[in-house]
This record gives sequence, C-alpha cells and structure tokens, in this order.
Amino acid sequence: MAQKNRLPDGGRIDRTKPVRFQFNGKRYDGFSGDTLAAALLANGVSLVGRSFKYHRPRGIMTAGSEEPNALVQLGTGARTEPNIRATQAELFDGLSADSQNCWPSVGFDIGAINSVMSKYLPAGFYYKTFMWPASLWMTYEHVIRNAAGLGKGPTESDPDRYAQHHTACDVLIVGGGPSGLAAALAAGRSGARTILVDEQSEFGGWLLTDDTEIDGMAPTDWVANTVKELAGLDNVTLLPRTTVSAYFDHNFLTAAQRVTDHLGPQENTKTPRQRFWKIRAKQVVLAQGSLERPIVFADNDRPGVMLAGALRTYINRYGVLPGREIVVFTNNDSAYRTAIDAKNAGAVVHLVDLRPDPDNPVVHQARQAGIQIHEGSAVVGIKGAKSIHGVEIAPLSEDGKSLAGPTFVVSASLVAMSSGWNPSVHLFSQSRGKLRFDDALTTFVPDHTPQKTRSAGACNGTFTLAGCLAEGMEAGAAAAKDAGFDSAIAGPSHVVKEDAPGSMRQVWTVPTVHPLGKGTRKHFLDHQNDVTAADVHLAAREGYLSVEHLKRYTTTGMGTDQGKTSNVNALAIMSEIRSASIPEVGTTTFRPPYTPTTYGAMAGQGVQELFEQYRGTAMHDWHVNNGAVFEDVGDWKRARYYPKPGEDMDEAVRRECKQARETVGIMDASTLGKIDIQGPDAAKLLNMVYTNAWSALKPGRARYGLMLNEHGMVFDDGVTTCIGENHYHMTTTTGGAARVLNWLEEWLQTEWPDMEVYCTSVTEEWAVATLSGPKAREVMEAVAPKMALDPQTFPFMAMQEGEVAGLPARVFRISFTGDLSYEINVPARYGMALWEALMEAGRPHGIVPYGTETMHVLRAEKGFIIVGQDSDGTVTPYDLDMDWIVSKKKDDFLGKRSLTRTDTARPGRKQLVGLLTEDPNFVLPEGAHLVKEVKPKPPMDTIGHVTSSYFSPNAGRSIALALVKDGLNLKGSSFQVPLMSGHVETVTITDTIFFDKEGERARG
Amino acid sequence: MSKYSIFSLIRNAGSYHENWQRAWRSPDPQPEYEVVIIGGGGHGLATAYYLAKECGIRRVAVIEKGWLGGGNTGRNTTIVRSNYLLDESAGIYEHSVKLWEGLSQELNFNVMFSQRGLLHLAHNVHDMQEIGRRGNAIWLNGIDSEFLTPEQVKEMVPLMNINGRYPVLGALLQRRGGTARHDAVAWGYARAADALGVDIIQNCEVTGFDIKNGVVQGVRTTRGDIKAKRVGVVTAGHSTVMADMAGFRMPLESLPLQAMVSEPIKPCIDTVIMSNAVHVYVSQSDKGELVVGAGTDAYISYAQRGGFDMMEHIMGPLVELFPFTSRLRMLRQWGGIVDVTVDRSPILSKTPVEGLYFNCGWGTGGFKCTPGSGHVFAHSIANGEMHPIAAPFSIDRFNTGALIDEAAAAAVAH
Repeated sequence: MAQKNRLPDGGRIDRTKPVRFQFNGKRYDGFSGDTLAAALLANGVSLVGRSFKYHRPRGIMTAGSEEPNALVQLGTGARTEPNIRATQAELFDGLSADSQNCWPSVGFDIGAINSVMSKYLPAGFYYKTFMWPASLWMTYEHVIRNAAGLGKGPTESDPDRYAQHHTACDVLIVGGGPSGLAAALAAGRSGARTILVDEQSEFGGWLLTDDTEIDGMAPTDWVANTVKELAGLDNVTLLPRTTVSAYFDHNFLTAAQRVTDHLGPQENTKTPRQRFWKIRAKQVVLAQGSLERPIVFADNDRPGVMLAGALRTYINRYGVLPGREIVVFTNNDSAYRTAIDAKNAGAVVHLVDLRPDPDNPVVHQARQAGIQIHEGSAVVGIKGAKSIHGVEIAPLSEDGKSLAGPTFVVSASLVAMSSGWNPSVHLFSQSRGKLRFDDALTTFVPDHTPQKTRSAGACNGTFTLAGCLAEGMEAGAAAAKDAGFDSAIAGPSHVVKEDAPGSMRQVWTVPTVHPLGKGTRKHFLDHQNDVTAADVHLAAREGYLSVEHLKRYTTTGMGTDQGKTSNVNALAIMSEIRSASIPEVGTTTFRPPYTPTTYGAMAGQGVQELFEQYRGTAMHDWHVNNGAVFEDVGDWKRARYYPKPGEDMDEAVRRECKQARETVGIMDASTLGKIDIQGPDAAKLLNMVYTNAWSALKPGRARYGLMLNEHGMVFDDGVTTCIGENHYHMTTTTGGAARVLNWLEEWLQTEWPDMEVYCTSVTEEWAVATLSGPKAREVMEAVAPKMALDPQTFPFMAMQEGEVAGLPARVFRISFTGDLSYEINVPARYGMALWEALMEAGRPHGIVPYGTETMHVLRAEKGFIIVGQDSDGTVTPYDLDMDWIVSKKKDDFLGKRSLTRTDTARPGRKQLVGLLTEDPNFVLPEGAHLVKEVKPKPPMDTIGHVTSSYFSPNAGRSIALALVKDGLNLKGSSFQVPLMSGHVETVTITDTIFFDKEGERARG
Repeated sequence: MSKYSIFSLIRNAGSYHENWQRAWRSPDPQPEYEVVIIGGGGHGLATAYYLAKECGIRRVAVIEKGWLGGGNTGRNTTIVRSNYLLDESAGIYEHSVKLWEGLSQELNFNVMFSQRGLLHLAHNVHDMQEIGRRGNAIWLNGIDSEFLTPEQVKEMVPLMNINGRYPVLGALLQRRGGTARHDAVAWGYARAADALGVDIIQNCEVTGFDIKNGVVQGVRTTRGDIKAKRVGVVTAGHSTVMADMAGFRMPLESLPLQAMVSEPIKPCIDTVIMSNAVHVYVSQSDKGELVVGAGTDAYISYAQRGGFDMMEHIMGPLVELFPFTSRLRMLRQWGGIVDVTVDRSPILSKTPVEGLYFNCGWGTGGFKCTPGSGHVFAHSIANGEMHPIAAPFSIDRFNTGALIDEAAAAAVAH
C-alpha cells in the first residue's frame, strides 16, 4: 500500500529496507528506522486509539516517550504487550499492533457512549454515586472495572529472557542530545569511565530534527562525528535504547535497555530481550532535554492535533508529512521552524500566534516563505471528530480570556501546537533535587540537589543550541574533574548561528465560543485520563486545592505518561483559579520510574528455576533416588518421608516410626543451623544468649539451650557443644539459622562490642546423619571400630571426634527422638559417603531411613518442642513447663528482665500440655482450638489451640500437644474441640510425654 | 452538606457542575476547641467525624501540616481485612470491617469498599499450620474464614502459578476482605466531619504542646496557639516526633514501606492475594493497575521513599507467583513512613500527659482499620476512658509484657 504521506526524500529512515507491518489487522508498509507512529502517519492513519474514560478517538500527539494517546497492544499470544507507545515502538518486519480500550473497533467503539454521557461524568463523579442500593456496588464495580484498564495483559508465561547488569562509572550522562554528547566528549576525553545513555534508537536528540549548523556542519554530521569519536574511546560506554528509569540515594541509578525489542520476537537466542542496568556513578550529568507543552484549547485532543516539535520530527527525521493543510498554533518562536519546514515540505500552512506582535527573525522568515500568520489569535475549535477537516480561529482579547472577533475556519487536517517547553526535571527531582520556578520560561527548572549531579542544556532551562553545547561541555568536564580526572577541560566552544529565543505569551486556557465547561467542546490537559480544564475548575470549586488533591481527584498526571505533557498546564490553571503563583500551588513528587519499566527486566535472571534456588544437602540425591517426598523448610528441600510403592504418607510414617523405635533409623539432619563460636568471650556470649548456665561446660560435652528475645519469649533452641577451650559448636533450628546468627551479631556489634568472640555460620560445612534407635550402637560399632562407644566413656550429651566409615567425624550423643542417638557430622563433601556407609552397615540391623514427618512424630511422643510450632513468639520457658532451664543464679541473660514483667509472670498464661482425644484414632487438625463451651455457632470463647498432632504408632493412638490457658493446672480435665466441619472432639489434658516416660532409652 | 447521588449529578450537570459545594470548608483556626486532633489522615479525620457524630462533641479541629490524606492514607495498598489471629486484633479489625460495610452510605461518599475477597497463601507445612490455627481462631471469633485447596485457589485466580518453587498447598480466604479507594476515605470523612461542624485546618503544623502540671492545655502551631483540654495525636510516622514535643518517648520505629503499581490493564486479578513465603502481595485496582507491595525497608528513616533492593526483591516473587506479569510494566513506585511497635500492633492510649491521647503504631496495616480506629478513639477521648476494644492497645503493655504479638504469633504481614 502506498505511503501517501511519505515525502519523496529526506529523513533518517532506510528507504532501501522496506518493512511490512499490520495495524488493526490491516497491512501497511514502512521503512527500517521508522517508529510505528511514523509509519502509521506515513500511511495516513491518524486514528490510533481511544482514551481511558470517555473513549474519545485519539491520534498521535508526540514523537517520543511522553506520548499520552497513541498506546497500542503490541504482538499476540505469550508475547503480547499492552500500552506500548507507538511513538517509541520501532518498526520491524512482521510487527502487529492493535488499538486497545475499544470495542468492537477503534473506528466504532461502543465505549464512546461515555463521551456522549460526559456531561454526567465529570472529575470524581464516581465518588458521588453508585451508592444506592448498597448491595449493588459490587455489580456497579464489575462494570467499572471492565470499562477501565487500557490494554490486555498476557495470560501466558513470558517466553523471553532478561538480564541484570551491575556497573560503576566515573560519569554517567543521561541523554544523548547536544548537551549530553558534549558532556560525553569532555568526560570521555579526560579518560573518565563514562556511560552515555539515551532512550532513543540513535544519539542526537533534537539534533536529528533541527537543522542549525554546528561548526559549519549539518547537525547530523556533527552527531555522527561525535558518536564516532566516543565509540573510539575505550573508557566510554554508549547505551542507546536505554532509559534511565530511577535515581536513588548515593548516585545509584537504574536503567532499562531494550536489547531486542526493535528486532521483534527472537527465538532460540540467549540474548536477553531487555537488560536492566544498576549503575553506581561517581558523578551524574543530567541532559535529558525538554518536553514540549501542549496548548489547552477546545478539542485539542482530536486525532491530528500534535505537538509542533513532534511534527517537525516526523518531517525531518522520518520523512513524513502527516497532513497537507496544517495549522501551527503557538505562543513562542520554536514552532515557526515547524511551520517553515512543513511549508518547505509542500504543505499549506497557517500560523496562529497567541502573541499580538511577534517580530523575531524567524517570524520574518516564515512570512517570506509565504506562511499566513494570524497574530494575537487562537485556535478555538476543531471541525471533525475522528479526523480534522477544519480549524476555527479567532482573535483573542488582550487578557486572553475571551474572543475579540468573529471566528473563521481554515481548511486543515493537522494542528501543530506549542506552548513552550518544560525541562525534563524528573530524574533531578528523583535525586531529591529541589525545583525552582522560572518566570521567564514559565516552568520549573533544577535548583539544588544533595547528590553529585549536574543538569545541562534544555533540562536545565537552557534553550539555545550554543548554550546546550557549552553547558554540556562544562558539566562533563566538571563531573570528570570531580571524579578525579584533573585534566578534564570543557574543550573549544562550538560555532552556532542562531537567533535568541523570543518572548512567549501564556494563555493557559484558550477560550472558545462558549464558556469553559459549557457546550460540547472540551479543553484537555491530561489526554490519556481525559482530564479537562473544566475538571480543574470543578476540583477547585469543591476544595481539592492542594496539588496532590487535584491530581488524585481529577486523575490528572496519573496515566501511563505520568503527566509529562499535562502537569505544568494543570498547575498553571489551578494557580489562575486560586490567584496564586504556580510555585505556591506546588508540584507533585516525581516518582520512579521515568517511563514504565518491564517487571521481567527488573526481576532479571532471578525467575523460574533461578528464583530462590533450593538448598539440598550432600545426601540430597540419595533421597531423590530412594523416592523421598520433600518438604520446603525455608529454602531447604528436606526429605519428609520415604514411601514404599503403594504407601501414602500416613502408612509410610507409621512404618518409619515403628521401625526407628524397634531397630534403628537414619535421618539427614544436615540442614540444622550450625554456628562455630570462638574467642575468649565465647562462654560469656553463651551465658548471655541462653537462659541456662554455660561456664562449667567441659570440652567434649554438650548442653541444650533456649534462647529468648527481649520480651522473654522463646525464640530458638538447640544443642551447643564445647569443642575445646574457647571454642563451641552451636546448633539452631533449620529455619532459624540465619536469624540466630544475625541475632548474635546484632548484640555483639551494637551492645557488646567489647566481647572478643567470633561467630561463623558452618551450616553447610558439615553433613549430618543421625542414627537413632536401640540398634544404633551396633551400627556405630560397625562403622567406627576405633571409637569408644560404651556409655561410660561416651555418655549421653557428649561429643567425640574420630573416624566414622574412614571419614573424619564429630559424633554427638544427643537425641531428638528419645532413643539412643548419634549425630554424626562429617565435612559436607563426605556426606554421601557417610550416608551410604551407614546404610550398608545398618542393613543387617534393619535400618530405616526416616524423614522430617517421622522425626516430628518421634519427638512429639517424647514431648520435645519444635520452636515455631509448639511455641510462637509469645511463649516463655515457664509456659513450656521448662522452669529447669532458666538459671536463677545468672545475673543476666537476654529476656531475663522481661520474664519478671507482670503479664509475663502472671499465672494462667497459655501453657504447653499434652492432649488425648476421646477417640484414640482421631487425629486433631493442628490449629484446632479448645473452647470453654461449645455453642451452636461462633463466637465461642477459646482457651487454647493444638500445636502438634499426630497418630503415634508407638503409643498406639493419636497424640497432641497444645497451648492451653492455665493448662499446667488443668491436667486431667476434659474440653471440647469444635471443628469447622461440625465435628466436636472431646480431649483430656495430660502431660506432654507419651512414650518412655522414664527417659531411659536415650541414655542407652 | 448537599447530598451526593445520581440525581444530584444529573441536576448539577444541568448547571455545568458550577453549583457543587466545597467538600469541606477551609476555616482559620479558632482560639479554642473542645478537642484538637493532630493529623489529617484517615484515622484522624475518622476520629473527628465520630466525635461529632456519635459523641456530641462538635467543637473539634483537625490540624494537618500538609494536605488531607497525604501520609499513609494516600500511600498504602488499600487492603481491608479482619482475619487476625489474636482476639484483641480480631476485635478492633472486625469492628472496623463492620464499619466499612456501609461506610459509603454513612458518609454519603463512595469509598469504593470492595469485598472481593482476600487470600493468604500457604506454601509449606509451617504455613499450613499457621493458617490452620488462624483460620480456626477467626472462625471461632465469629468472623468469616474459609480454607481453600490449591485447586480452589486456582479457580479463583486462574493466572496464579500454584506449582512454582514454593507450590501453593492451601489458602485462607476471607470473603469479606478486599480493598477500598484510599483517598476517598480521607475525603469522605473530611466532608462528613466538616458538615457536622468540625474545622479542618490544612497547612498548619504543630510546633509544640502547651502542658501545665502534666495536663495538656492546647497546641502551638504555625498558625497560632490553639487551646484544647483534650488532644488526640494521630500522626503515624511522625508520632515519635510529637511524643518528643510532649516530653515522653513512644516505643516506635519509623521505617520506609514501598508500594508500586503497574500500568492499567483490563481485569485479570479479582481478589487480594498475600503470600508470605514467596513474599509479595497483589491486588488490581478498579482503574486496572496491579498494586504490589511487600515488606518494609531494613533501615529506620523519615523519608517517604525507599531503596531499590526492596523493589527488586518484590519483582522475583511477583513474576514467580504471576508469570504473566513479566511483560507488564511498573508505572509508579512510592514510599511511606510506617510507625512500627515491637509487637506490630497499634497503640491507642492515654499518655503520661493528662488529656493527651495517642493513636499510632499501625505499622504497615493501618488503612484497613481507619473507621474502627477512629470510632473507638473518638469514644475514648469523649469518655476519658479507653473504649473496651481499644483498651488492650495501651502503651502500658510494653511495661507489663501483655503484648499483642500478632507478628510473632501469626508471622503474617499486615
């Protein structure tokens, strides 16, 4: 299909590379180097999308990342992406895009009923209605939700890969226009590690649009020379297609690089689709340029109304003249260049200038070019809805509030507007920089920032090319110098012939034939969210005067463009209403990111199989190969049980429990937290963090300890062993390992810096196999012939170092099952060898591997607690009936003071007890509650809850542990446990030991 | 106050919306009030409203140093629920949810309270034990509570990945939980309170207290001294600063909490989903944005912004639980300052200064309790005795040890 608006020559597109694409199912041609927006305009497509609220037909307003209107659904299937700005999407062969937020089509959209009803739907209308009847709100909301949203999210997993990249540099330069390029030259030549970032596909910025010569060269030639020089410097990194999205403290900035988006879907490649950069810069130069302001005039949203600078870009950079009859509407000189270029490209151009007597050289040039200039006039209306076919013009009164003469209509299909330029202060503001309002420029400019950053060029309010080049050079040199490159110099200044910018005339709301808000014409501020000047008046009338209230009430600036084209206009209109200056009205906080950033890129490689990789023990593969079912404990995978063919969990656990008590069981206990503690103050530390006394513990002996937090509540437990003088081996719960180490370090570093003691996590240094059961010693004898295993030499709660299965080992005689147990620790690399040797040696004795579930049952049979299951951070040692472990003699330990607080020391707290169900086969669900009295329905007063509950094959019945108010005094009493299912179980409170009450077995 | 309704909208459309009244006046402060509330966030405005509405105290001023709802009221992820473990928590949060139900009608301002259900996911045995205990506790407190199987979860949220690194083993559902429109809550209370005669004074910063013999006499502000025998401080992240002015310390730490939204998309997630093990929570706003949050930043700060590492730590979990979000884009990220107590439960309390009441320490979960907190705090100030629902949340508990340690006990993020 012919590209009817494509100029015969010119532009930076590659006419030798035609590109085919689809929009709304229709096929079009464009060229390599086009954006989707440029190609659509080239093909005469002006209607691109529909707005958020009123579903007004919309076209293309800008040529960059500030676009509020031309959002499309790009691609299909798993790779579909909503809300892509057509002005940024680079064209590739096979690109397919669709209009969004419209049905059945962008041309005929049922949702446009909202536009007809718009009279009833002013800002914030939804706060005033949909309240009756109350029961219908969810129905109303359903409709609202479906009407809202823009594009559609994908429903499948993302097939593409992303990467993160960390880097540091001396000078980071954001923006590759004239200022940024000049800064990069100065910084790069000094030898400083320089990164130059630009969001567009090529460097140059405004120089790709403008024709002002630099040093006698065409600007694009200057850009090419500069980029060539920079590319030749090893210390300079050039990052086009990269958006610096956020500016954090300490000069830490993040940037999203679009690596393959411009190429289309990439199959079978390892190249990431986007790369997320995390940059720590010694110095930053912000050179992001400026964004043109739209004029707020009647029906300024019609497809075909665009920013004057954008039109110039389409003409000069893309070789597209989107209309043959053009009205340029401006309050400043810059749009005259657009008018002249449009005229030279063959358009009939009318210039409508708000200023009554513009007379700068460019005005004369325009006149000489044959452009008709309507001075002191304004565009007051647009003919046409889905496209423009005429423009209404009228002279303005002196105060700009009313029309000073009759309107007349000129034939036109395009309006290019300019109300001046706003420096891009977004990143500066994110750096915690303070803004200053510049009255001459009528906009905010950077003032000061606590960070090591400089603004240069248009983003600093400098709007001449010579000024941008000079400021860029100076900023680049100064940044390099401050980064330690003393030789950095600003370099020779550039010769640029240009006119000084002329005056501006601000008319923040251009009047039309009817008063604002009356009649059908609308003055849009925020095009995407359909916020009009009348909405600002309404907000002010209702008292939403603060700029944040204005934003939140009207939703101005809250679209996907975050108000890049609307914020200053909204502030200005509010300031007029309030008769306050714009800085008095204030500005909202600029929040990251600068433009929306892909979640996948921020997540980087840390997704799917690389999302929180699991930790496995040295014996993990054995468990896998022997059919273990695993459970997640923290990030560990632990073997939960080892079902035999046909067994379910209950059956497997019953078998493991029985056999472990009858012969010998083996468990992988490697995940238990292990901390190596050394130093002259090691015992002192233990005395402070545990409730019991540690001073007397001899080498080779182990002791069980409870740790309390500051509130006196049990926080972790474990066995710690004295390895030698000033040397201890602490064990913690699996889940608590990191927490305990942090706890020790926090106290050592903040409160006890005088203690000389060093804590090292050695969890992963040791592989641990636990042998437990009556035959454990026989197995040990087989694998550790050189060890003294008789109970006299190697008693309960002792440790000895030696050889097990020919491996260097520490063997601990400690027990979590209540049976004779050996916890055998070997360096992790020998873990599998140890395990296999133990299995081999155990086979004659009927050894059974058991998992965490059996461990839980066996320990519950003995009433051993699991911190975090039987205690919950609100439980003291006394609540656990473990008074014996709280030293009465020690002066202090963590939590001691709190134990004496009135509530903590009061009787009747929830205490740990055993429970026996009336039906011995009924296993209570964990988390079920005991009540004082069962009622037909809740609420019911509870007195406690079940913390652990199992069927115990060794006790031959179900057993449970529970925390019950005053439970230690209620032994023998019966209570009821109502369940959601309706079942009520009667339970009797008992002590917590259900097996081997005398505790002889562990001593072996 | 002229009533909002579909009819008033139609009527006002006829006069080009030029006759709408101000939602609240902008009065100058009077020299004296019966009660001064410091802090024009949701909790403070709600307190003023209930003082005027239910306690017969209309000479009330709300003093706000910035703009109404500019603190955590306008920065949170708008989740409302009452599925708390401990009786004290269940008491106040359920009281609040009951007030939420009907709040739009009560205030004649649509706060868009949407009971679209709230899921707490369980990803491991420990999580299952936790929801087991909490689900039963909630149920026995007479609050709605349901256990779901992974299949039921998948049915409710088809786009969720239930077989990821930490598979979904079950979930606890509160159907009456959901979200509300945060700004509207502040505005609705402000408008309704104003209509009852409450003076709402914005851009007025409290610079000190007038305290004689341990009794509060009034407050000093940037707009002059204001006398009041009863003063309620409801200043969230700045409560420590206010307590310092009054001469005592509040057991609080102020931490940054971040949240973020995606670009708006068509409806894809209908419920609120919270996962501790994967560590992210997500809902979709009526506008279509995915609202995403997780834990607080690690350091203490009064800055209303956070660091990147927390944002990054939200992304992996988000994409893990909802793989389709990988191609969506983050639109905006922001931070608030949350005031956190050691037991992560709030403080509603008298103080060492007679007549001076504090309502703070809501940490990361105060929004949901806006109506309930305001309601019981108003009654407490009016009666000079803490309301029974508020009583357990006294600062005395940090001395007695009667902590309401929801964090330790339930280990669930607010």
